Amino acid sequence: MSMQLEIQIIAALVAATCALPGVFLVLRRMAMISDAISHTILFGIVVGFIIVRDLASPWLLVGATLTGVLTVWLVELLTRSQRVKEDTAIGLVFPLLFSLAVIMLSGLAGGNMHLDEHSVLLGELVFAPFDRLTFFGLDLPRAIWINSGILLLNLLFIGLFYKELKLSTFDPQLAAALGFSPVLLHYALMTLVSLTAVGAFDAVGVILVVALIVGPPAAAYLLTDRLSLMLILSVGIGIISAITGYWLARLLNTTIAGAMATMVGVVFSLVFVFAPRYGLIRRLR
Amino acid sequence: MFIDLFTDYTLRTIALGAVLLGLTSGVLGCFAVLRRQALLGDAMAHAALPGVVLAFMLTGSRAPLILVLGAAIAGWLGALAVLAIVRLSRIKEDAAFGLVLSVFFGLGMVLLTFVQRSGSAGQAGLDKYLFGQAAAMVMSDVVMIASLGALLLSLVLLFWKEFKLLSFDPEFAASQGYPVRRLDILLTSLIVVAIVLGLQLVGVVLMSALLVAPAAAARQWTNRLSTMALLAGTLGAIAGVVGALISTNARGLSTGPVIVVVISLVVLVSLLFAPERGLIWAWVRQWRNRRRFSTRQP
Repeated sequence: MSMQLEIQIIAALVAATCALPGVFLVLRRMAMISDAISHTILFGIVVGFIIVRDLASPWLLVGATLTGVLTVWLVELLTRSQRVKEDTAIGLVFPLLFSLAVIMLSGLAGGNMHLDEHSVLLGELVFAPFDRLTFFGLDLPRAIWINSGILLLNLLFIGLFYKELKLSTFDPQLAAALGFSPVLLHYALMTLVSLTAVGAFDAVGVILVVALIVGPPAAAYLLTDRLSLMLILSVGIGIISAITGYWLARLLNTTIAGAMATMVGVVFSLVFVFAPRYGLIRRLR
Repeated sequence: MFIDLFTDYTLRTIALGAVLLGLTSGVLGCFAVLRRQALLGDAMAHAALPGVVLAFMLTGSRAPLILVLGAAIAGWLGALAVLAIVRLSRIKEDAAFGLVLSVFFGLGMVLLTFVQRSGSAGQAGLDKYLFGQAAAMVMSDVVMIASLGALLLSLVLLFWKEFKLLSFDPEFAASQGYPVRRLDILLTSLIVVAIVLGLQLVGVVLMSALLVAPAAAARQWTNRLSTMALLAGTLGAIAGVVGALISTNARGLSTGPVIVVVISLVVLVSLLFAPERGLIWAWVRQWRNRRRFSTRQP
């Protein structure tokens, strides 16, 4: 397989993986929590690296995912103390953890850690094919293995708990009254978002994870009223943005992650204007 | 290090700039926090990046005023985009924030790679807008910060009563015949200017923290808006200057993260120990009550 094809496969995988939990974040009006999580996982990655001294260790994934969940918990703790409102709580927690991570990172710089401030923001999709792993006799980039694993996990979770997720998203009171634990489901979803962000982080960096988690589901939300269709459309829109973004980056010889986010914006704008039922044109007519 | 402040010209310039920036974003942050616009601040800061880079690409100049103007226009466009998405579609505010901040930032990074590839002298100057670089501040920056900051603060003073009413009870303000929409636009514009001024100190990624954290800390100590604004301005100034000096003295350390850690410590202390709202006192009260009630039982 050529390197170009591999990069596109990784980009499409990441986009599809991000779109799935993104649908529920957008519907639950929690999109900005993905902004917080995508920043703080860096803290987990750096602390994990300092402990195990190996950037390829699976413990880094575990640590980073836990930091994402910790972020959600801290935000809720602060909000529940009633000393600050939720938006301020988000705005206090993630900058602190992210800053600590960046400071530790500059302390580590010069070592054998190929993470710097720039790759933190943009990821290293171009170099992803060099980092390979052989499983079942298949020699593929590590990012393909990891992200398809996370994609499977997302599909499995949504498939198994589809009814519960749907009910607790659209009618949390009824869900609680019927005996589903909203807290448990909430934290399971947050763990999934966190894990997804960790997988995507290597490829597209901190801030563009947000574009892939929020953008495609927001566009899909303007196209359909059915949850199942919204999930499928989000994945499709995510993959289209990722692949067109890759070619835009090749054409302009620029950062792939940045071009992918730009294409998310372009696709969303098109949907925003032309969507058959909820689009701008229809609304103004 | 602090004696150098009075003798070293470069250090004095940096410290002065940091104090002024911390002061303005601290004061305006109070309104952002009270109006629950913390995340709007985050979105506008990120949205400013393509404006900075485009202003440089179009004019080829690194003059502070031109870059700030570009940032302000892009930040404003970002805020307008959020507003348009929320008004004209069924997408909610949170998703609009996330979408706008990440797409504008992505576009900014694309533009930044163009500038870096062209290898012009300006690239080093633009990099600092990501995480902030106090050491890069020169006297012309400080002059601009001082004049724009003075303008911002005097407008806040001039419209104090109106902004106060707008932050606490916009419906009442409207019923009293205040032009609420125009006041809203003015206050948001002032916040945008405070954000884009702060960018070179803290960077787009962490700017929202400099806006929100001093106000959140100050809120714990007082229930009066005037005291809160004064305190937030002071705390912002202190965090700004401490962070700027530490990062200037340590090689390879960006200013933004240091300032955020300093101001976060201030927030933590305020949350725990502020006289009335402090969490420690609440816990102590709770513990005492629990003991009192449990001993009363036979």
